[in-house]
Amino acid sequence: MSVATQDTAIRTGRFTRTLIYVVLILFALFYLLPLYVMLVNSVKPLDEITGGGMMSLPDAFTLEPWKQAWASAQIGVEPTGLKPYFWNSIKMVVPAVAISTVLGALNGYVLTKWRFKGDTILFGLMLFACFIPFQIVLIPMARMLGLMGLAGSTYGLSFVHIVFGIGFTTLYFRNYYAVFPTELIRAAQIDGAGFFQIFWRILLPSSGPIAVVSVIWQFTNIWNDFLFGASFADASSQPMTVALNNLVQSSTGVKEYNVHFAGAILAAMPTLFVYIVAGRYFVRGLMAGSVKG
Amino acid sequence: MGFLDIDKATKSYGAIEVLHNVDISIEEGEFLVLVGPSGCGKSTLLNMIAGLEDITGGEIRIKDRVMNGVHPSNRNIAMVFQSYALYPNMTVGQNITFGLEMHGVPKPEREKAMHDVAKLLQIEQLLDRKPGALSGGQRQRVAMGRALVRDPDVFLFDEPLSNLDAKLRVDMRTEIKKLHQKLGTTIVYVTHDQIEALTLSTRIAVMNGGYVQQLGTPQEIYDNPANIFVATFMGSPAMNVVPAKVVMQDGRPAAQVALADGSPAILPFSQDNLAPYEGREILLGIRPETITDPDSADRKSSNTAELTNRIDVTEPAGSDTFVSMQLGGRDVISRMRSDVPVAAGQQFAFAVNMEKAVAFDPDTEMRIAP
Amino acid sequence: MAQTAEADFKTRLQNWIPKLVLSPSLAVILVFVYGFILFSVYLSFTDSRLLPSYGWVGWENYSKLWRLSHWEISLTNMGIFALLYITLCTAIGLGLAIFLDQKIRGEGLLRPLYLYPMALSFIVTGTAWKWFLDPGIGLENVMHTWGWESFKFDWIKNRDFAIYTVVLAAVWQTSGFVMAMFLAGLRGIDNEILKAAQMDGASNWNLYRRIIIPQLRPAFLSAFVILSHLAIKTFDLVIALTGGGPGRATELPATFMYSYTFTRNQMGIGAASATIMLMAIASIMIPYLYSELREKR
Repeated sequence: MSVATQDTAIRTGRFTRTLIYVVLILFALFYLLPLYVMLVNSVKPLDEITGGGMMSLPDAFTLEPWKQAWASAQIGVEPTGLKPYFWNSIKMVVPAVAISTVLGALNGYVLTKWRFKGDTILFGLMLFACFIPFQIVLIPMARMLGLMGLAGSTYGLSFVHIVFGIGFTTLYFRNYYAVFPTELIRAAQIDGAGFFQIFWRILLPSSGPIAVVSVIWQFTNIWNDFLFGASFADASSQPMTVALNNLVQSSTGVKEYNVHFAGAILAAMPTLFVYIVAGRYFVRGLMAGSVKG
Repeated sequence: MGFLDIDKATKSYGAIEVLHNVDISIEEGEFLVLVGPSGCGKSTLLNMIAGLEDITGGEIRIKDRVMNGVHPSNRNIAMVFQSYALYPNMTVGQNITFGLEMHGVPKPEREKAMHDVAKLLQIEQLLDRKPGALSGGQRQRVAMGRALVRDPDVFLFDEPLSNLDAKLRVDMRTEIKKLHQKLGTTIVYVTHDQIEALTLSTRIAVMNGGYVQQLGTPQEIYDNPANIFVATFMGSPAMNVVPAKVVMQDGRPAAQVALADGSPAILPFSQDNLAPYEGREILLGIRPETITDPDSADRKSSNTAELTNRIDVTEPAGSDTFVSMQLGGRDVISRMRSDVPVAAGQQFAFAVNMEKAVAFDPDTEMRIAP
Repeated sequence: MAQTAEADFKTRLQNWIPKLVLSPSLAVILVFVYGFILFSVYLSFTDSRLLPSYGWVGWENYSKLWRLSHWEISLTNMGIFALLYITLCTAIGLGLAIFLDQKIRGEGLLRPLYLYPMALSFIVTGTAWKWFLDPGIGLENVMHTWGWESFKFDWIKNRDFAIYTVVLAAVWQTSGFVMAMFLAGLRGIDNEILKAAQMDGASNWNLYRRIIIPQLRPAFLSAFVILSHLAIKTFDLVIALTGGGPGRATELPATFMYSYTFTRNQMGIGAASATIMLMAIASIMIPYLYSELREKR
């Protein structure tokens, strides 16, 4: 009488299952649609798009739009392509990600293993800082960056991203270290290790996964930021997103849709690449940022 | 002054005092076990000795040196943790020598100490492994090795056996005892397991509710529990505690208890000091192994009483059979040899060794006799 | 009685180092976040225009703000956008999660497809949808060349419908993420409970309605909080997709604030609108963070 126990308790009939597959596949197509549109139209001549062929595969395959988007498209006043802005983004992202992750690791360590009165409130203040509408700090931040001599530079943008990234990186490391056995810290204390020795020798070697999560999250967020880039950067320090928007929105001349699409893919490529190679960590970061329990 | 003195130690978190005026003093080479139910404050006290938690009031001294405010690493103590707390990213060898490294001991000396300890604990073949690749018993040994290598004044053990399965626990218990006998070190050991406490210790502090209920040798604790808590916490099955009335019989005090059918039975005391309690209600404490069938009664005992009562349940447990009956309206358990013919519902003659009986005041729950 | 001995140097040092390590982050956040918030709130009570100015005007900026039709439009849009965005993301996310949880072959392939938009910049998303929805070259044009001459889809150029295209693009970007949250919730439900419910004779429909979905409460709460805070902060997407147009048809508070502060030189009013946005988010986030952090203790 006993039937092999099924893993999940839910059983569905054949009709329902077919329906489920159809729905799931339709949604997959919906999510893929813009990517498809961007890809196929970035490799066809402009007249194929304007002639109603947006959904078709290219008749005449060309990489010209990519070359233009990268090196010669008109952005602002200069025909530089997105290349310099790509490097601006890199210059902004790398230090911001590195510094905010290191600070987050140290903060998470303090907030879990060296707790003191009021530490949860301090953490709450750090965390809330990530969620505020950044409009509320735009005006004073612009002035302060000016006063600090960081206005219109990638350093200034890095700094702003560090300030608003600490909350998240601290959250990651705090949650991760919270389940790290406190007895290990105590054992190390008895063994005579100090604050930094414990961090360096005991905690850090086990922090690989969460460091990856933190780096990926910060990288994605900072790379994709538009508001700070648009508010605090000048023409020489604009990040990729701002440049792409300028390219697409420019009102002069013929709209080169194929170049726009190529540019959009260029702007999306780094984060998409990270998503493809380390999607697991990306999802973990997303979840940790939302479901804190 | 002892080797380790805990002098009126108190601990508070905010307004809540969790340890109240704890006084314990032990000599060099003693094995002190802090035993009690969870939340009794035993681990807190251990952490205070270690310096992992600061002391709110009173003093802790090791070798007459006041330890209040001294950093854990400067107390010359070592600790074995419940989870073993082995550093997961280091090899066994590195785990063992980490403390020496932190104290600036040169490498050749560290290596030598490591090999000596590894040899003592028979873990030489594990030195290059990571803790993740070890079994529970092996981790336990490594954790002890890490403590031993420091050659500390006092070893602290925080429930070190509770993560092992039953069989291994018994083996490791024996091993710890052997190690103590061999090395003669001073040990403070925390456990909630009263059998561990009784087997390992030279001295037991039974704790409950932040108070030391009784401090004494295992024998004292078992035979003369200071109060009902200690009586019922130590020993398995627990000591039977039966409401009784003190009556005088032949000029000596005796306990009158109600049998299952309500009729009285008289159990004469060995202690005369209960005479002033004549006519009063007391609580009578009888260990299960002191209630037997008449043939098995302790012949050396000068005072064996008999009573006949109805058997409620019999529970054969291999070497023994536990027999329960109603006495004074409570379930009372007795321990018989397994070959004694008993059956539920039967009227049976029990022999009670009253020499071992104790009496408690029902109001204060403190022992009044012997 | 014991004189409580002074803690030794190492102990005292170890008490101070953690606070010292935390302090740079805290200082930066206190100044650059909370200090700046106070400054912006203060500006909202001043006559600042192109530059900050310190003439106190009381509630004047706020009363002006509430009389502006531009602000009213952006609030109405916010209402429509937030309601649809949150509802659709939750519904799609929950639906996909439940479907994916039926031992689907190829789940490992489908899941990342649903989620990848979250890795993209809103500017990229906006660009892709902007041209796809553009009636001149996008979907409408394609349908016409495919022979469906009467097909009409010009929402993005239509004042009455443009806001729905913002909803579409935003839902496209975030719904996969909500799916992941619900899926994690579903996978966390004890299978034995489901088996017990089946023994009790519950149909699949009842199983979900009575047993499973009620247990997803935390996921619903998280999804709501995250989505509503994202909704209030929506800025880049509108800039890239419609630029707030046509006309003012897709203005949101975030774009309102930006244009009043930086292009219309009405800093006082801009600051007032930012303050209102902050209040809206705080009223959702603070209780949420409070309960999350409290439970952990």
